Parts: sequence; C-alpha cells; structure tokens
Amino acid sequence: MGKTSRFGTAQLLFVLSVGILVVIVAVPMLLIFFNAFWVSGHFNVADVIRVLRQSETYEALLNSLFLSSGVTITGTLVGTFFAWLVTRTDLPLKKTMKLLFLVPFMLPAFIGALAWKMLLSPRAGYINRLFMDVFGFSSPIFDIYTYAGIILVETMYLFPFVFIQVSGALERMDPTLEESARISGADLFTITRKITIPLVMPSILSGALLIMLYSMAHFGTVAVLGVETGIYNIPTLIYEKIHQSAGSFDSIRTATVLATVLVITAAFILWLQNRVLNQGRYQIIAGKSFRPSELKLRTWRIPMLVFCLLYIGLTIVLPTVTIFMVGGLKTYGLPFVSENMTWENYRYILFEWDLTRDAIWNSVSLGLSAALITMFAGVIISYVIVKMKVRGKGILEFLGMLPFSVPGSVIALGVILAWSGKYGVNLYNTVWIILVAYVARYMAFSLKANSAALEQVHDSLVEAARASGATMWQALKDVVIPLVRPGMMAAFFLIFLPALRELTVSVLLYGPTTRTIGVAIYTLNEDGETVYSAALAGIALVIIVTGEILIKRLVAGKNNA
Amino acid sequence: MAYIELRQVSKHFGDVVAVDRLDLNIEQGECIAMLGPSGCGKTTTLRMVAGFEDLDDGEIRVGERCLSSKKKNFYVPPEDRNFGMVFQAFAVWPHLSIYENVAFPLRIRKLPKEEIAKRTEEALKHTNLFSVASNRPDDLSGGGKQRVALARALAIRPDVMLLDEPLSSLDPHFREEMRFEIKDLQRRFGFSILYVTHDQSEAMALSDRILVMRLGVVQQTGTPLEVYGRPSNRFVFEFIGLSSFIETALDADGMSIDGASYPWPNGVRPAEDIRADGRGVLAVRPFEIEFLDPAGGAGVPGVVTRKVFLGETIDYRIQVGGTEVRVQKTRRDPGPSVGENVKLGFPQPHWYRVGGDRDQESDVRNQIS
Repeated sequence: MGKTSRFGTAQLLFVLSVGILVVIVAVPMLLIFFNAFWVSGHFNVADVIRVLRQSETYEALLNSLFLSSGVTITGTLVGTFFAWLVTRTDLPLKKTMKLLFLVPFMLPAFIGALAWKMLLSPRAGYINRLFMDVFGFSSPIFDIYTYAGIILVETMYLFPFVFIQVSGALERMDPTLEESARISGADLFTITRKITIPLVMPSILSGALLIMLYSMAHFGTVAVLGVETGIYNIPTLIYEKIHQSAGSFDSIRTATVLATVLVITAAFILWLQNRVLNQGRYQIIAGKSFRPSELKLRTWRIPMLVFCLLYIGLTIVLPTVTIFMVGGLKTYGLPFVSENMTWENYRYILFEWDLTRDAIWNSVSLGLSAALITMFAGVIISYVIVKMKVRGKGILEFLGMLPFSVPGSVIALGVILAWSGKYGVNLYNTVWIILVAYVARYMAFSLKANSAALEQVHDSLVEAARASGATMWQALKDVVIPLVRPGMMAAFFLIFLPALRELTVSVLLYGPTTRTIGVAIYTLNEDGETVYSAALAGIALVIIVTGEILIKRLVAGKNNA
Repeated sequence: MAYIELRQVSKHFGDVVAVDRLDLNIEQGECIAMLGPSGCGKTTTLRMVAGFEDLDDGEIRVGERCLSSKKKNFYVPPEDRNFGMVFQAFAVWPHLSIYENVAFPLRIRKLPKEEIAKRTEEALKHTNLFSVASNRPDDLSGGGKQRVALARALAIRPDVMLLDEPLSSLDPHFREEMRFEIKDLQRRFGFSILYVTHDQSEAMALSDRILVMRLGVVQQTGTPLEVYGRPSNRFVFEFIGLSSFIETALDADGMSIDGASYPWPNGVRPAEDIRADGRGVLAVRPFEIEFLDPAGGAGVPGVVTRKVFLGETIDYRIQVGGTEVRVQKTRRDPGPSVGENVKLGFPQPHWYRVGGDRDQESDVRNQIS
C-alpha cells in the first residue's frame, strides 16, 4: 500500500509540473513560432524572409544589435574598471563605493531615461537650457534622443552585471596566483596585464553577455528616448505593431517574426554564456586568507575618489533628484524656484486620481500574487527536477530552462496569442492576462532560487524521514519545506520587487483599468503629462527603495540568527 | 658570515604581535624549517623574507644586500629580490601552458630566447615535466602542479628558495616522494631553503636545522636531533614527537607523586630553578618508558587502563595517580594486560617548570589567522 501511494505522489507532482510549464510557458512560445512560420495554412519560410526584409523590421534588428553591442562595450569597460578599483587599489571608502555601484540595479532604467530626457532633451532639457540660456551656447550641448544617448543611459543601469561578476572573481581569486608572479619578477602592471585580467576574463565575458542579453530585450529606455526620433529596437517595434495594429494579422505576424529573432538571439547569447562559464572558469578560489596586495594609487587616490563620487552623483543622484523636483513642479518647464514648487501633484496622484491609484494597487497586487504563485509552483517543479527520479524529467528540465531565454516582450506577445479568446479563454484587457504573463516571466527566477536551495538538502535527510515512518507528503512538509524556506523567500522577493517596477510585459497587455505603475508612468509621459509622470516615478522609487532596504534587513537578520 | 640574516625582526597586525624580535642566520646551501602550529608567525616570517610584508622592526639581509630595514626605511619589492618561491595552493597559472608557466619569470627578465628555452627545458627535465610541457596545468594532479611551481622557481636559478607549506595540499603518499625530490634538487643546485611547515616529520626529513615557533616567539633553533633529543621547553617537547607528562612535587632528594616519594628517575635531577618551585613536570617519550618488575622495589606504580594494538606498536595507557601516562612498545614485547599493576621506569627523563610556557595559554587568542 505504501508503495502505490508514493508512486501516486511522484506521478502527480510530475504531471502537475509539466502541466504548469506547458500551459504557462510552452504553449505561448509555440504559438509565436506557429504564427511566424505558418501562413494561411502553410509552412512558409519565404514569407518570414519577406517580413525581415521590410525596412522597418531589419532596421529594428540592426538597431537592437548596434545598441546592445554599444552598451555591452561601454558597460563592460565601466564595470571592469570600477570592479578593479574597489577590489585591488587603496581607494578610500571602498566598501561604501562598492555598495553605491550596485544601486543602479535597484532603479528601473526607464525612470532613469525619463530623468535624462528632462535633463538633456535638445530643447526642453534643463541642462541644455542652462547652457543655452545662461552660458549663451547657440545649440544644445548633448542630444539624448540619439544612439549615443540611449547607449549612455543603458550603460548607467546595466554595468553592474559586469561589476558584480568581476569584483566577485577578483575578491575570491587566490592571491598567491599574483604573488607568485611578483616573486617571479613581474611588476604590478605586468601582473595585471598577464595574470589578473586573463584569469578573470571568463567573468568579464559572462557579465558582458548578460548586459547584451538584457539590452537586446530592453524596452523602456529606447521607448522613452528613441521612438521620438524614429530609433526602434525589437521590443519597441513589437509594442508599436501590437498597439497600432488593433489586432491586424499582418502586424501580429511581424511581431511574431521579431519575437522569434529575439528568442533565437537570446538563446544563443545564453548558450555562449554557459560555454564561457563552464569551459573558461578557472579554479582560482583562494586557499589561504592573506589579502591580495593593493595597488597604491598615491597621488591618484583622491582624484579617483572624486571621480567615483562624481560618477555616482551624475548617474544616480542627479536623475533621482530631477525626478522628484520635476514631480513637484506646478507646470513642466518652469525653473526650480520655490514659488513654482508644490506638493499638490503627489497628493493628487496618491489620493485622488483613479488612474494612478489603480496603477499602484495593480502593481502591488500583481507583484504579490505573481510572487506567491510562482514561488509555490517553483518549489514543486524544482523538487521534481532536482530530487525525483521520474522518466521524462528531461522535458521538464528543458521547459524549466526556457523562461531564462525568453525576453519579456516575447512572453507578453505569446500570452496575447494564447489568451485572447482564440482558444476559448479571453483574458485580454483584464488583470489576469498580466498575472499569467508575470508567472511565465518570473518562473525562471523561482526555479533558480528553489533548485539551489533544494540541492543543499541531501537525499539522506528525506530518506531518514521515510525510514522513521513518514509518508512522502509528511517528509516534504516536515523536512524538505522547512529546509528550503530560505530559497522560497528569496524566490518571493526576486519576483515581487522586479514585478513592482515592471514595464516591458505589462505595456503590451494593459487595458483601460489595468495599468501598472510602469505603464502609468510611461503613458503619462507619452501623453505629455510630464509632471505627473515624474511624480508617480518618484513615488515608485520610494516604494522600490523602501522594499529593497526592508528585504535586505530581513535577509540579514535571518542570516545572523 | 651567514648568507641570509634576520635581525630582531618583528611584525604586528593591529595589537597582535605576529613575530617578536626574531633572529635567524641561514648559511649558503642550508635548509632551515620553520615549524609551529598555525598562527605561530612562521608564514608571516617567510612573507617578510619574500617581501610581501614589510617589517615593524629589524632588518633582513641576503649576502651583502639589505632587503628590508625598518631603521633605514628601506624595502626591496618582491619582484626585485630574485627568490624562488613555492606556495601551498600551488599558484600555478591555469591560463598558461606548463611550459609558459615555467618560462614566465625568464620572459619577465627579458633573457635572450635561447637562454629562456635552455633554462625552461632544464627546469622541466629536472622536475620530470618535459614530456607534458605543452599541456595546461589543470590536467595535472596536485603533485604535478607543485612540480610546475618548483620548476618555475628553479628556472631563475635562485640562491634562495622559499617554500610555504609546499606539501600540505598533497596526498600523503605524494608528500614523501616530493620531499626527496626537493632535497635532490637542493643538492644539485645548492640553493638555501627557508621552509615553512606545521608537519614535524617533514621538517625533520628535509632540514639541516629546525626553528620552532609559538605565538611569534622562537622557542628553539637546532638540528632535528637536538630539537627532538633536547627540547628547550615543554611546548617543544610536546609539539615534536609523542609525549607523556607527569606533574610531581619536588624536594631536595627526589620527587613525590600522590604522596609517595621516589628517587630522581635514572638519577636525573631537575635544574635549580625548577627545584626552587617545589613542583616540576616530568616529560618522557612513550617509547622511552620501561615496564619494571611489579614486585621489585624500583619504579612508579600504576594500572594498565587501555592496551591497543596498532600494528608495529602497542599503545598503553597507564593510570599513575591522577595522571594518565602513555607508553609504547614494539609488538614483539609481550607487556602487561589491562587491569594489571605495573611499575614504570624513566631512563631518559626531562624536567620542565610547571606552567612555564604553558602560562601563555591565554595568549592563544592572540593567534593570527
């Protein structure tokens, strides 16, 4: 009897896991490919090529490639330089600097783009106006509505990918690898060139590929800064197609073809990153605990500190302050003097205006429910993948890996295709379609956190519970779940916080009453309500930063206990 | 004159004294092992000689050259010291081939091409790596990697070789083999070795002289035989080899254990200052304790509480008053059984002060990592 019940539990979990992943992830993806390649009842590659050769399509592809390459190069240089500075030199306040360089990760890039638009748009931007009106420049000093502008803004928010990877590698690296080069006669410059950089190259490359992946699929910055002057990348063109077409078959097809290209590129980048990580990762972890020798910056010490502070001031403080200041203006474009400032905007969007109140409520409730659902589904699926010996697990692993390589705009498009009534369920224009998309979007995060936690739980712990007389369910409930709770918590917050500030997915799915915070900020800006847009963005920043700090506290408290 | 000279070398980390006024002379071609538990300051000393740490006091010279001097505020960086060094974690560069690893220090010195090739090949041949020279070091075992590190250190033909626990990351059976290889290479090339280890048998097998350290302070310097045979204090006695200790009361004519008086063991009297304390520690090697006739008059009585057969040796625990004494005999010695009364003789006793270096036990928290 015991045997059959265990068999039943295992099968049930397996079927449940496959079911969740197929409905949430696989079906929408297949529908995208199907719509891209299947024209009026035939498999048709020629037509895909025709779509790709339309000028707006391939321009978007080229733009995506160009922008993401540019961001990758600048972001990698910036990230590697700062990582080296905070780990290998005697820069003052290194620890604080290290934390500050991670702050851009918390902030949504499209809010940054919004701030930079307010500062550097060619005619209305505050900095440009300052130079033209006060210093008498005849033309703007910098036009943010350009490729260079987009690359700069994305770099500010994406360089931490490289910074984290490289500073981690430099910190964990065995210092005797460098010391043995020194005793061999090499000076610090030679060591950096011939030993240190080659050894951390895999980390640099892997961070660079993450920047590329993210930038390729990034909607917000290009939507805010590029679309004005006709610079589209793949996600913004997909958005354009879906929104302007009002469901015309031709535009949906174009969108699915673009999405297909995006998925293939993303999968390729991830495959490359995996290769770099698996083959290139040297065993360079430290054995002994002597600190690596720091390069003495000497006369450069203070200038470098000033440079770092300037960088942080310019890329974090200035845009944030701008958002709050503009959000407090009576009318956009007025100078920042006290008679032009008011709290009225903040009061209005928080307590009176339905549109913004709905948006905040939608984002919070969507974030909470997506995080909860995905957390529990993630535990079950990870458990089957990591712990169970069931046949057909390979499919599950593949389906579980899929969300890693699927960008948000693609998921949104797939969800539209699957849940717009064509197959019996119509969620379009409801909040549920966004929820379904969020669960698909963030499943990867949950699987990653939960698998990592489950791998720490040795099989013998469950076996000991079973040997003590517990059923499978009891072993799960009393042994496994308590042990993976930290992983589940991590999954919850890894989903809740990004979902709060999400734009790429919801902008394709929102209806009249289902705006999220991101969508509300974006559409208000599009409609010329710059001041309200900034005020809402300011409130969003407060919510996000408070959330991050609370969670850091919570996690730190947990770890200390 | 000594070739390498450390004079009154001290190093602090914050309030912690890592090395306290250390003096050491090393002759050309001599091998010195610095031995001690972790945190005793031996690695810090080595790193000061290498130039990775500066001194808080004192001076280090090699030959006519001053390398570090606190007083003159003078300090030669490691890359200009021309030493060979081998690290515990191998520190072999995984992104370079074995050949390139060994050639690296020669390339840094911008030697002519033929010279680089000649010396690299020579070093590779002496370490039996020539046939695999074009491989990546990742494929090698720990012993193989350590050979690469040795070859790399040899390539510059150094006068001084610094070895920082070079064998402790290796499998035990590799360790003994590598010991002989290092010794062989030294004989062939004639360099001096400063060798850091916490393994006493390694220190004994390799070195001409051993320096025992504890909490930054040198306890004893001497040949392996001297250090083993005449340990300068209880710490050295206990750290090197197996040991048994019995605390006794002392008077003018002998010792007393649990109220019973005995003559000085084998007639050996403790030094004046120990006798003045009225108490002393009798230290003996377990193999140097005899079982005397239990019915006879001589010897300290005890009861066998444990007898374990260890292969070549038999390990006994004997309860003597409140102390447990460890005794070892070869397996051919029949010896007493558990529960039997025995009498112990101590033909080679050592006397140490009660407390003595043990006073410093509270300093253990001073240990550096």
